[in-house]
Amino acid sequence: MKIHEFQGKQVLKKYGVAVPEGGVAKTVGEAENIAKTLGGKVVVKAQIHAGGRGKGGGVAVVTGAEEARKAAERILCMQLITHQTGAEGQTVKQLLVEKAFEIEREFYLGITLDRAQGKNVVMASSEGGVEIEEVAAKNPEKILRETVDPNVGLRSFQATRLSLGLGLDGSQAREAAQLIQRLYDAYLGADCSIAEVNPLVTTKDGTVLALDAKINFDDNALYRQKEFLEMRDLDEEDALEVEASKFGLNYIKLDGNIGCMVNGAGLAMATMDIIKLTGGEPANFLDVGGGASAETVENGFRILLSDPNVKAILVNIFGGIVRCDRVAEGVIEARKNINVNVPIVVRLAGTNADVAANMLEESDMDFVVGDGLKTAAEKVVAAIN
Amino acid sequence: MSVLIDENTRVVVQGITGGEGSFHAKQMLEYGTKIVSGVTPGKGGQTFEGVPIFDTVYDAVQETKANASVIFVPPPFAADAIMEAAEAGIKLVVCITEGIPVEDMVTAFEYVKRNNTRLVGPNCPGVISPGKCKIGIMPGFIHQPGQIGIISRSGTLTYEAVGQLSEHGLGQSTAIGIGGDPIIGTKFLDALELFKDDNNTKAVVMIGEIGGTAEEEAAAYVKAHYEKPVVGFIAGRTAPPGRRMGHAGAIIAGGKGTAEDKMIAMREAGIHVCESPAQIGATVVQVLA
Repeated sequence: MKIHEFQGKQVLKKYGVAVPEGGVAKTVGEAENIAKTLGGKVVVKAQIHAGGRGKGGGVAVVTGAEEARKAAERILCMQLITHQTGAEGQTVKQLLVEKAFEIEREFYLGITLDRAQGKNVVMASSEGGVEIEEVAAKNPEKILRETVDPNVGLRSFQATRLSLGLGLDGSQAREAAQLIQRLYDAYLGADCSIAEVNPLVTTKDGTVLALDAKINFDDNALYRQKEFLEMRDLDEEDALEVEASKFGLNYIKLDGNIGCMVNGAGLAMATMDIIKLTGGEPANFLDVGGGASAETVENGFRILLSDPNVKAILVNIFGGIVRCDRVAEGVIEARKNINVNVPIVVRLAGTNADVAANMLEESDMDFVVGDGLKTAAEKVVAAIN
Repeated sequence: MSVLIDENTRVVVQGITGGEGSFHAKQMLEYGTKIVSGVTPGKGGQTFEGVPIFDTVYDAVQETKANASVIFVPPPFAADAIMEAAEAGIKLVVCITEGIPVEDMVTAFEYVKRNNTRLVGPNCPGVISPGKCKIGIMPGFIHQPGQIGIISRSGTLTYEAVGQLSEHGLGQSTAIGIGGDPIIGTKFLDALELFKDDNNTKAVVMIGEIGGTAEEEAAAYVKAHYEKPVVGFIAGRTAPPGRRMGHAGAIIAGGKGTAEDKMIAMREAGIHVCESPAQIGATVVQVLA
């Protein structure tokens, strides 16, 4: 689960990580008031989940409440387009207004899981403020890494080694090491999948603080992180995907026109792939789970058909424990209950697949039955052309 | 021969009285798996389909000499169940549970390594040596005894591959569903090592997907150490970056873990990579010809 920058900073603050003073505004007036209270130079930052907000024009550094008001008028409600939002952009509904600092140096700091080792890794770089992927690709030696031993956690000497490695010394090195420790506490305590501060800065008056915060939570652990669960912002998510998740369906919208309904994530991806290989474009990823009951199939159809681009549907179910005749029943029932006005190609394999194929062919509904993955893909692509 | 499990494997089912656990315990018994005990804390002394239930894995091991465990325990308690099995001396733990917090798995993974226990999964369909033993949730009847080893991150896509092999008359020595999570106990590389020394395995099929670098590591291993032919497929060529495709581990992040990168690494290692998921069976036939 993703959250906004201001929420990320709330999480960090809870764990004692130094962040700039500031507040969230939903209106221009609120933004002005926060700027007035803070006094002097402030930063007005658009709060959307996507990165690249500065380049897209969603961040302004201004002096005084009047200037803050003007900046808020410009940024609030704008369609902010960044490299992560897609062409239509994302509407800015909230602003973070916080105290601006005279920055001395910028660093990158991030914690995430190193899958190859099965351990958490803390990364730091003196190349702060830019895309860390770029640094990783061009100058991998500029990223310092400390692997955390699960038995003992992140040790103080490791945090110190990182802060010294960044070129900090004296009290700043100590302060940064402590901040790294606290960021790790937040990462662990809040069950984050990523905790990233980019940039971490030292200011001209000598303090070390997190100027940005990107926190993602491990979805599997949200059941024990109820206070953070409330930070979910459905406005930032695709409406259809949210709707699908209510039915326990895993749906991701894509740009094509062939809707797919599949049981199992791997087979769902493979089905998208074979549609593309056959010359079509998949409209979505949809995993209805291992079970694929009549109810899930019906909900699946509803979700697929809410996408106006869908011109044909491919149902691909490999029946294992679930019997294909049950799935076929579900498909026929769903078709009766909802108005499906696009061609449906159904491919059922595994347990009782023959019985299921007969049921589909003998029903008074119009189905194309695909025998095998390749044939099914060819038939659904042909149905569109 | 087969790897990991055979007709002598003695299985304890952790979570045998739960919905999933009881259903699949029955399926495994029907397949012929030697299920010697079950564990549900608080239900020790009861039986399930004639199988004795114990309160702890330790008791089950002492009383019934179980040497493998399969876990159907709900996500909040699953990592603990893994560690309990390892502590009780079980050498093979197959964890079916989906949705275990990553941090719990960091701890459990470290613990099983220290105890020299092999973990398969979590979030996997399990392991089957056709005709001998099935530990997991895969449909047994689509499998046939034979000489092809299968390693896969996905469930139903594995069934698809098995189905294609069986259609071509090619049976399987063992099929290992390694799971779709970011942390899994047995990776491609580990499973490839097992099949390397199995005389009855003539070729290996590895079915990967986007996310992580496990396929690349496996490819490097194949290049350096393998003589048996390996056929590969990677799911998710059409997946957009930054989106988790169902499995927690299936995500292209920071430009890493794309299907293209994996396919290139595998081809360079001499692995026969299928473009289409419909060609897996036919490719194995070609490779063996």
